[in-house]
Amino acid sequence: MMLESIREKMAYQPLLLGIVALLASAALALASGATGAAIAAAEAKDLRDSLSEVLPAGLADNDFLSDTVDLEKDGKTVTIYRARQGGTMTAALFKVSERGYAGEIQVLMAVDMSGRILGVRVLKHSETPGLGDKIEVRKTPWVLDFAGKALGEPAAELWAVKKDNGVFEQFAGATVTPRAVVKAVKGGLAFFAAHQREISA
Amino acid sequence: MSDQAYGRIFKDGLWEQNVVFAQMLALCPTMAVTTSGTNGLGMGLASTVVLVVSNMLVAMIRHTVSSQVRIPVFVVLIATLVTIVDMAMNAWLHELYKVLGLFIALIVVNCAILGRAEAYAVKNGVWVSALDGIAMGLGFTAALTLIGLIRELLGAGTLFAQASQLLGPSFAFLEVQVPDYGGALLMILPPGGFAVLGFLLAGKRLLDQRLAERAAALPMADVASA
Repeated sequence: MMLESIREKMAYQPLLLGIVALLASAALALASGATGAAIAAAEAKDLRDSLSEVLPAGLADNDFLSDTVDLEKDGKTVTIYRARQGGTMTAALFKVSERGYAGEIQVLMAVDMSGRILGVRVLKHSETPGLGDKIEVRKTPWVLDFAGKALGEPAAELWAVKKDNGVFEQFAGATVTPRAVVKAVKGGLAFFAAHQREISA
Repeated sequence: MSDQAYGRIFKDGLWEQNVVFAQMLALCPTMAVTTSGTNGLGMGLASTVVLVVSNMLVAMIRHTVSSQVRIPVFVVLIATLVTIVDMAMNAWLHELYKVLGLFIALIVVNCAILGRAEAYAVKNGVWVSALDGIAMGLGFTAALTLIGLIRELLGAGTLFAQASQLLGPSFAFLEVQVPDYGGALLMILPPGGFAVLGFLLAGKRLLDQRLAERAAALPMADVASA
């Protein structure tokens, strides 16, 4: 058979591999082109949803996704989303992260212009299911306790979990996780205080 | 192909050659995602889609690919397929993707897919290969869902938690919560996965043994008619 004899030729195999790789890349390029816009839109919607969750209603009438300022924090770039009501800035929203028990915990927080916390949510983490994942608002309301707190309220040494003589609850069997979240939020407030002028500029 | 042969494909996929319980393949995704019934179901369904399409593609090109380079060709094919499924779900089934996103990429390392390409699709026609993909995929889905449900029930005291996120709000009735049960965390953690799989494997072997004994005890005439 014709195909049989061609198939045994030395050149056939590299050629075949090349063609397969080419077709695969072409298929991927097409798929990436076809899905790119939809993925970007879905991710923007996700971001807007999570930002709206930490921001109490009635504080923003602008599109805070496009009103951003990028600042440097510990060598990394932090994007700050600025919520405005009638043109005056009402709140700054940004992500902070801290090392937890099993990898990075990503926290999203909203701070009003006096440096008081409006809301905190955990965006991403890989803590132990059943123990550390109580920082998710779906599991327990623990993370809601941060709202209304500020630097100095409670005092700096009380910004810790109860085990470390602070004011925040910890979970039975998981202290490292809430400790990391408290540290992340406290760090976020300090960051906001240090850069308030640039943020509200 | 006769009806009997079709029956054979499904019997193999669901029981005799079950990906997890008989072939012992794909144990990495099996252990990783079966922390709940919903996760197992989602991973199983996503794998089934990839398995069917990859089986069909492999069967289609089986005469063109020379046996020396078939493995790299199949690997590229499967990886491409998974990436496209990953992007398509991220774009158009975004809510589902958020639940399953982590697992989709894991399908690439699912050796069952390459295994079926090698063991079946490369030797058979397109449609029977698709059927084999469906049967194997359903067997895999059933195994993952079962392990997930057992681990979830023992570990968290729930069944099909968040099923409505995966299947839509009309499936909320599947979600069951055992009242006043704190859960044994161990079952959610990796050791629980190994323990549950071990007991299920032992159970299947016992059952198979029992069935074989019963078949041997029957007179030949009954076996023939059965």
